[in-house]
Amino acid sequence: MKEVIRITSVLTLVCIICGLLLAVVYGLANEKIEINKEKRIEKALAMLAPDAINVEELTIVTETIYKLSNQNKNLIGYGFIASGQGYQGKIKMLVVTDKLLEYIKGIEVVESLETPGLGAKIQKNPFKNQFKNLSITKDITCIKNDTPREGQIKAITGATVSSRAVVNTLNKRIKEIKELLNKN
Amino acid sequence: MKNFTKGLWKNHPVFRQLLGMCPSLAVTTSAINGISMGLAVIFVLFFSSLVVSLIKKIVPHQVRIAVYTVIIATFVTIVDLFLKAQFPEISRVLGPYIPLIIVNCIILGRCEAFASKNNVRSSLSDALGMGFGFCWGLFILGSIREIFGAGSILGIMIMPANYNPLIIMILPAGAFLVLGLLVAVMNKIEASYKK
Repeated sequence: MKEVIRITSVLTLVCIICGLLLAVVYGLANEKIEINKEKRIEKALAMLAPDAINVEELTIVTETIYKLSNQNKNLIGYGFIASGQGYQGKIKMLVVTDKLLEYIKGIEVVESLETPGLGAKIQKNPFKNQFKNLSITKDITCIKNDTPREGQIKAITGATVSSRAVVNTLNKRIKEIKELLNKN
Repeated sequence: MKNFTKGLWKNHPVFRQLLGMCPSLAVTTSAINGISMGLAVIFVLFFSSLVVSLIKKIVPHQVRIAVYTVIIATFVTIVDLFLKAQFPEISRVLGPYIPLIIVNCIILGRCEAFASKNNVRSSLSDALGMGFGFCWGLFILGSIREIFGAGSILGIMIMPANYNPLIIMILPAGAFLVLGLLVAVMNKIEASYKK
């Protein structure tokens, strides 16, 4: 009986100390982590739409859409976050489109847990650049072989799941955004 | 000193003890991934060994593994949070590997086999030796796989432009192939050294 109490109390004590330590570190780090995340979206936005001088945050119900306009205050496009299930975890992307939602100007992966060296290549230029000026009047399709034609994306070798996840997430999200903006 | 050097060669954690296979095989798709993982492991191994060595007398034998795991997980989470807050770029590259360190059996192995039986000083030199041994092992593994699988080293292209990368080297099977060959090379060197 005495032994049981000793074991339990040591284990509890260790867990309490570790828990407290983590709480302190988390408290110190959390604010910065959140700021870093926001900065990352801002930076991605500036990269994808360098001519967007004015960024207006448009909130429709619970969704945030960035309305982008140039120095003459003319609407040049929209930016929005698309997130969906990837191979290992959530993939979160920033998407910038033209003002008529006819084509994508570019995408930037903000958060992902894809396999390094394989799925993680969704963040790299060869894959990302395929989305530049990609038509979105119809659903984007993801192909494995052949050369991609209009509205098609070539999957990364060895990372078809991640590539498909990006395409499916985009298709779903673009539909939602179209509906949201139409209603508005 | 002997505690330090044994991890670098004679008792090399990856090529001799064949410990920590999961991260060694999973993250070594490029040289920089290997180094980053190695450095993070050095940090966690150092502090875990320090704490385990300090509290070895008060931890009951029956729950020692649970205690070590909690300690290791705590340090890993601290590294993760620290990188996310201070070095978001590095954290983005390393992202999914950091939590993997918790299940790296080198750390638990060294805590159990060494730090819990030795004084703080030897435990720390053992931890550093094993940590650096792990780091160079992963660097070599990552370099070989990157050179053949992507034609580059540390992100710099070194193979001629018409080089067709061996995709298999980047895929999990390539990790096993390279690891097997490296272990064989280590054994060969060791055998001829003994003669």
